[in-house]
Amino acid sequence: MEYVFFIVAAIAVIATFRVVTNTNAVHALLYLIVSLLSVAMIFFMVGAPFAGIMEIVVYVGAIMVLFVFVIMMLNLGQESVAQERRWLKPGVWIGPTLLSSVLFVELLYALSKSGAHPAGAITVSAKQVGIALYGPYLLVVELASMLLLAALVAAYHLGRPERKDQ
Amino acid sequence: MSWLTPEVTAILLGVVKAIVILLVVVISAALLSWVERRLLGLWQDRYGPNRVGPFGAFQLGADMLKMFFKEDWTPPFVDKLTFWLAPAIAMSALLISFAIIPITPTWGISDLNIGILLFFAMAGIAVYAVMFAGWSSNNKYSLLGGLRSAAQTVAYEVFMGLSVMGVVAVAGSFNMRDIVAAQTHVWFIIPQFFGFVTFAIAGVAVAHRSPFDYPEAEQELAAGYHTEYSGLKWGMFFVGEYVGVVLVSALLVTLFLGGWHGPFLPPIVWFLLKTGFFIMMFILLRAALPRPRYDQMMDAGWKVCLPLTLVNLVITGAVVLLHSGAAHAG
Repeated sequence: MEYVFFIVAAIAVIATFRVVTNTNAVHALLYLIVSLLSVAMIFFMVGAPFAGIMEIVVYVGAIMVLFVFVIMMLNLGQESVAQERRWLKPGVWIGPTLLSSVLFVELLYALSKSGAHPAGAITVSAKQVGIALYGPYLLVVELASMLLLAALVAAYHLGRPERKDQ
Repeated sequence: MSWLTPEVTAILLGVVKAIVILLVVVISAALLSWVERRLLGLWQDRYGPNRVGPFGAFQLGADMLKMFFKEDWTPPFVDKLTFWLAPAIAMSALLISFAIIPITPTWGISDLNIGILLFFAMAGIAVYAVMFAGWSSNNKYSLLGGLRSAAQTVAYEVFMGLSVMGVVAVAGSFNMRDIVAAQTHVWFIIPQFFGFVTFAIAGVAVAHRSPFDYPEAEQELAAGYHTEYSGLKWGMFFVGEYVGVVLVSALLVTLFLGGWHGPFLPPIVWFLLKTGFFIMMFILLRAALPRPRYDQMMDAGWKVCLPLTLVNLVITGAVVLLHSGAAHAG
């Protein structure tokens, strides 16, 4: 089981790295889909099948489809690939990389202090997730639904038909 | 034979069953191309393929030979990675979903507690086949097919998920075997009639079959997303479409028509009869209905089916709560 985890984790890291370094937007999105799928695999492994399948249904099946949809509509050509390549010069990425590698070292240090927690000992069923969401986390669910409603109203406002007299 | 422990035997038996189910699905999906052409011919008062073998039954063999030996042409202007990936996704994503279908009490590949959700995940992934095929072909008609497919599938998957939630609420589980077991007395098509209707409509749209075959509407888009494909790659799209038809039919049977339940006949016969019935309905739909306008199709999805499934879910939830409340009180 541990080997499977390390393989999936390696796929996730490599795929995410390729999302950043790839100059072709659609190929980068393809790697992002692979990355999301491998994260879903990790959810399955640690005993959260509902979270894992929701990751695939929502992120891979809906959100990424819209991403690909928009990229397809933009119809980027060779020009944008060249532009991406210019943006990927070392001068651009070296600063953020150094800063985030400091954070990464700190994270490793913190994790090594806290000791390892066993994962995957219990499997969380969909029913338990539902009871948790509509029990102790009810307020968060309500707030999230309000946020989504606001986004919906905003999108409807932007997409409304123009009035004739204006 | 010390390694042949009961555990190993069980695993081997499971693998054999899975392979048998896979082969049956793929072969019946391929055979459907002949069945469909013959039936369309019958309903449209013409012959259809009747030259190869008795009633043209060996047409499939002739078609396959042709497909295998045809040049598999990759045009120079395509994006190779996604062009080659798309047919593989088209065929495999929906095939994987068969893992959750319980065929008889003893036959079925996987008994997952997330059950039906796996189908929604795979249906979500199957969209990429059409989108990538449309985009990578570098062709206006293909791209339009891909765009239509993305919009259509996202719109129809939303209420497809909601239409099944009524069934899940009544059965109290995502597991397909639990759902079948909950239909021992009453099939869900009666209490969940609106769920059945909306799921059937969404199923036709997700399998992008006529009258919802906008991604490949041949009169306006050449062949849509697979215009640039030939040979075996095109064949994979073709078989993938029929796999979708078989899958949606099997799901309709499992979710709403009581799966293998039925009097007198053995379970496998009932399952095959019901699935065959829905496959015939798919073909009849194609023969009988014209394609509506694209915006009318989207309107029907968002303005009719989505509210209908939401109301259905709310009422189902209320009834389920009322019953469980009565059970607690009593």
